Amino acid sequence: VQFLLDNFWDLSVTGLTQGAIYALIALGYTLVYGVLRLINFAHSEVFVTGTFASIFVLHAFGLGSDDPVPSAGMVVLYIAAAAVGAMVASAATALVVERVAYRPLRRRNAPPLVFLISAIGASFAISEAFGVLVDRNNVRVPNLIEPQTQFHLFGASVNNRQLLIVAAAIVMMLCLDQFIRRTRLGRGIRAVSQDPDSAALMGVNKDRVIALTFILGGLMAGGAAVLYDLQFGVTRFNAGFVLGIKAFTAAVLGGIGNLRGALLGGLLLGLMENYGSAIIGSEWRDVVAFVFLIVVLMFRPTGILGESLGKARA
Amino acid sequence: MTISDRLGLADRLRALDDRRVQLVTRPRQWWNGLPKPVQWVAFGAFAVLLVLLPILDPPILSTPDSDFPTVLFIVGVYCLAALGLNIVVGLAGLLDLGYVGFYAVGAYSVAVFGSPSSQLATAYPWLVCVPIAIALAMVAGVILGAPTLRLRGDYLAIVTLGFGEIVRLTALNSGVLGGAAGISDVPAPPGELADGSRLFGVIDAKPYYWLALGLIFVIVAASRNLERSRVGRAWLAIREDEDAAELMGVPTFKFKLWAFAMGAAVGGLAGAVFAGQQGFINPESFIIQLSILFLAAVVVGGAGNRLGVVVGAILVAYLPERFRELAEYRILVFGLALIVMSVFRPQGLLPSRRRAVELAARQDQVEAGVNV
Repeated sequence: VQFLLDNFWDLSVTGLTQGAIYALIALGYTLVYGVLRLINFAHSEVFVTGTFASIFVLHAFGLGSDDPVPSAGMVVLYIAAAAVGAMVASAATALVVERVAYRPLRRRNAPPLVFLISAIGASFAISEAFGVLVDRNNVRVPNLIEPQTQFHLFGASVNNRQLLIVAAAIVMMLCLDQFIRRTRLGRGIRAVSQDPDSAALMGVNKDRVIALTFILGGLMAGGAAVLYDLQFGVTRFNAGFVLGIKAFTAAVLGGIGNLRGALLGGLLLGLMENYGSAIIGSEWRDVVAFVFLIVVLMFRPTGILGESLGKARA
Repeated sequence: MTISDRLGLADRLRALDDRRVQLVTRPRQWWNGLPKPVQWVAFGAFAVLLVLLPILDPPILSTPDSDFPTVLFIVGVYCLAALGLNIVVGLAGLLDLGYVGFYAVGAYSVAVFGSPSSQLATAYPWLVCVPIAIALAMVAGVILGAPTLRLRGDYLAIVTLGFGEIVRLTALNSGVLGGAAGISDVPAPPGELADGSRLFGVIDAKPYYWLALGLIFVIVAASRNLERSRVGRAWLAIREDEDAAELMGVPTFKFKLWAFAMGAAVGGLAGAVFAGQQGFINPESFIIQLSILFLAAVVVGGAGNRLGVVVGAILVAYLPERFRELAEYRILVFGLALIVMSVFRPQGLLPSRRRAVELAARQDQVEAGVNV
C-alpha cells in the first residue's frame, strides 16, 4: 500500500494510458451492442488486423524493426500513414465480419447464442489466419517514438508517448461522439438502437446503419491498434484475445451500449488495474480487473452509466 | 430487391428449413416406431461397439498421429464437460463463458488433496478426491452464481468469462496450487489387474476411456431424468421467458443457482477424471479458449439436446486430433466451420425438439416481416 501511495500519480498516468487504449476498443463493442444487442466477439481480431496493417505500412515505407528513430517531421508522417492504413484495414475487417458472420444469421433471425458462436468462429479464423500467414511469434514494430519526459504532473513524469496516446484517444472519441450526435448517419444509428422496427418504418436503412456501425467500431479499433503498436512495440497473432476481453469488460463496466460509458469504463479499468497490481503484485492484474467488474455489477447491474446509446443523446 | 423477390427467397428458405427438420425428425420417428426389444438390442449393440472402439481401432476413425485410446478419452472428457454445460446453457438458458473454471476446480481439487507432492500432502486416494472435487465445484458455482445471476444475458457472459480467468490466474499465481509448474503425482483411479499392475496405468488409456464412457452414460441418464423433473421444467420455463416464469411462481433465482451448481458439479467431475488420467496438471490446461470450445460443442450439437451435445463434443474434440497433419490450419478451419455451421444450421446438428419448434416459429416471423 505504501508503494501505491508513493507512486500514486505515476500509476495514474500509466493507468490512463492503458485505459485510453481499452476505451477505444471498448467503443467498438459498445456501438455494435447498442445497435444489434450482441457481443461482437470478433472485434478483438478487428483490432489485431489494425496492429498488423500499421506494421505493413511502416515496412512499406522501408522502416525496419531495428532502424533508429527518424526525424520528427517524418515521424508525424509515418504515424499518420500507419493510422490511416490500420483504420482502413480494421474497418474493412469489421465490414467483412458483418457480411460473412452476422448478416446471413440476421436474415434467418437466428437466436443470439448462434451469433456468438459465429463470432467466435470468425475470431478464431482471423487470428489463426495471421498466425499461419504472417508469424506465430511476436512481430516487432519499427521504433517511432523515443519516450522522453515532457513535464511532471504532481511529481509523476509524463512522456511524449503517453501524451500522444491519451490525446489521440480523446480526439477520436470526441469525433465519434460528435458524429453520432450531430450527423444524419449518427441519427440513424441512434434511431436503430432505440427501436429497430420503428426506425425501419421511418425509412432508415437498417442494414446500412449496421454496416456503418461496424465501420465506426473498426475505425476506432484501428486507431487503438496504432497507439498499441507505439506503446508496446510488438504485436502477435493472438494479442487481441486478452485485450478484447479487457475492452469488453471496460464496455460493460461503463454500461454497454453507452459511448461515454465505454470511455469512463476504459479509463477506470486502466486505473484500477494499475492501483490493484501495485498493492498485491502485477501477476494479479487481470484478477483485479475482473473482480472490480463483478463488484461494480453487483451494485450497478447495468454498468456505471447504464445502457443508453439510444436513450441519452450520446 | 422487390417484394416478390423477397417472398421467393423466403419460400426457398422455408423449403430448405422443412427439409432440414424432416432430416432430423424422420429417423427419430422411425426409431420411436420400432418395438421396444429391438430398440434395446440396437442400443446394446451400439454400447458394445462404443466399449470395443479402442480395441477395434477402426482404420478410418483411428488417429494416425496420436494414441487412439487417449484421443477417445479426451473426447469423453469433452462430452462430460459439454453435458454439464448443456444444463446451464441448453436447459436453463444462462450464457456461461467461464465453464472451464469449474473444470479447473475439479482437476485442482484432485491434485491438491490427492497428490503427495502438493503442499497440503493429505494424499487422499482418487475415489475420496472425486466427491471433494464435485463438492468444491458446486460451491464455486454457488459462489459465482449468488452475486451474478441477477445479471442478464451478456453481462452474465462477461462475468463468467472473468471468473474462468480468475480461477486460472489464481492457480498460476499461488504456491499452494503449484503455480506455473503445476502439481504432479495426481492419483489415478484404484484397481489392479490380475498380474498386480495398476488397472489405470500411465501407458494404457483404454481403462480411462471406459471410465469416461461409463460416466457419460450415467450423466446422460441423470440429466434426462433431471430435465423431466420439476427442476427441469422450471429451467425450461426460465429459458423461454424468465419474467413469465417468475410470474407463474417459479423462484427463478433459486433454480438458476441450481442450474449453475449442477452444471458446475458435472464440470468438476470431468476435471477430476481428466486430472486422474494426466497425472500432472498445470494452469496451461485450463485456458479460457477451452470454455469457448465447450460452448461451441453445446451450440454446434444443438443446445438442450443431450445426444446433440455429445455429437458436438465429439466433433469439437475429435476432428482436430484426427486431422493433426493439418496442424497449422486446423484451428483456422475450425473457426470457418463454426461460421458455416451457424449460418446453415443455426439450430445445431441435432436440435432438441422444442428448440426446433421455436426456430420454425422464428422463421415464420421472418416471413411475416416481423423482426425481433
